[in-house]
Amino acid sequence: MAVGFELVTPERLLVSKVVVMVVVPGTEGNFGVLEGHAPFISTIRPGMIDIYGENQSELSERIFVIGGVAQVTEGHCTVLADEAVSPDTLDRGSIETDLRIVEGNLPSLREQVARAADTDRERLLIELHRLEHEQTVLQAKLQAVGEITR
Amino acid sequence: MPSLKDLRNRIRSVRSTQKITSAMKVVAASRLRRAVEQVEAARPYGQRMERVLASLAGRMAGLPGAPPLLVGTGKEETHLLVVATSDRGLAGGFNASILRETRRRIRELLPAGRTVMVLTIGRKGRDGLRRDYGRLIHDSLTEVGRRQVSFDEARDIAQRILVLYQAGRFDVATIIYNRFRSAMTQIVTAQQLIPFAATSGEEVDPAVGGAIYEFEPSEEEILSELLPKNLAVQIYTALLENAASEQGARMTAMDNATRNAGEMIDRLTLNYNRTRQAAITKELIEIISGAEAL
Repeated sequence: MAVGFELVTPERLLVSKVVVMVVVPGTEGNFGVLEGHAPFISTIRPGMIDIYGENQSELSERIFVIGGVAQVTEGHCTVLADEAVSPDTLDRGSIETDLRIVEGNLPSLREQVARAADTDRERLLIELHRLEHEQTVLQAKLQAVGEITR
Repeated sequence: MPSLKDLRNRIRSVRSTQKITSAMKVVAASRLRRAVEQVEAARPYGQRMERVLASLAGRMAGLPGAPPLLVGTGKEETHLLVVATSDRGLAGGFNASILRETRRRIRELLPAGRTVMVLTIGRKGRDGLRRDYGRLIHDSLTEVGRRQVSFDEARDIAQRILVLYQAGRFDVATIIYNRFRSAMTQIVTAQQLIPFAATSGEEVDPAVGGAIYEFEPSEEEILSELLPKNLAVQIYTALLENAASEQGARMTAMDNATRNAGEMIDRLTLNYNRTRQAAITKELIEIISGAEAL
């Protein structure tokens, strides 16, 4: 009656324990993994992973993850997340400020990219990618905060 | 014969050099410990990513719709060498060994009619290659992982490489770095990044690798999302290994330097004492012979 659940980020192995059920936010909808789930690989969207450690009706832990992939095999569920944070650390105010700053910087950077050439352009493009990535992350966090408080 | 004063100055200067090298050794040792911890913490993700990719890539490789990151451009004309070095020197043969391997590869590729493009990470890589192969250097990144290598930095570099790849600027990408074995030994490694070379499933658990998976969304979509991620992971791993190797090499080099300085101080001290003794003897002889002459 158990699933070996692992949550890994590039920096480290975050969670590794035996649980009853996990609910993972797949790209095409949430899916729950119980023992005996068919082999399955899915990308995930930003959202909450719900861990049911003791029994199926009791939520024991929630973790917010940003993108990645989940692999389900016989008795195991491995989630490779780009980033994972505890929902308690999400603070609406600071996320909104960060998002405003990022979004404020985007237009001028885009303009610079359009004007630059060669390696300068490449360097700026990377900046742009980084900012856009940050933007999606922040938006996802904001949405998650909305879900918690609801 | 150097004078007593000269010798005293020599000893003092060697001693202060020794102080510096032994401090650098201690710093390198503590950084090394942290770097190794980071390498180990990052390992699970890489392994699991490889497992997922192995079960995906195997069945996609032969299909026509396979993404170019996996199967390549069908050519081997232009090679991108990503040369990962450190920003700072005084790390023994750390940078030299990477540069030697890079030069060897360039010398192999150029006569074969291939075009070579170099992306250096770290100041030493840029400085070392600028003289001989300056025109091949596409760009150089410095200050990467100054405090600690972060995944974001690796992702930026990966993004950089992807932009070039999508623009059709190169066909094959290889990263050259030092793999960390121990503080004494680092192994120069050249790892192919693009097209992605799946490790031939030797580490894949047959029960896992052989299972028939369901995919959501399609295999192609998952692959096209995972391959860029995997590129970042490979670069991240290489940078971490490199950081650990750098500190290891520096620690060993500074340990040697400290020991050599110690030996030098011993030799100089012996010399100093002898010279001093000789001076005293000489003075005595002068006094005695002066007294006898009376």
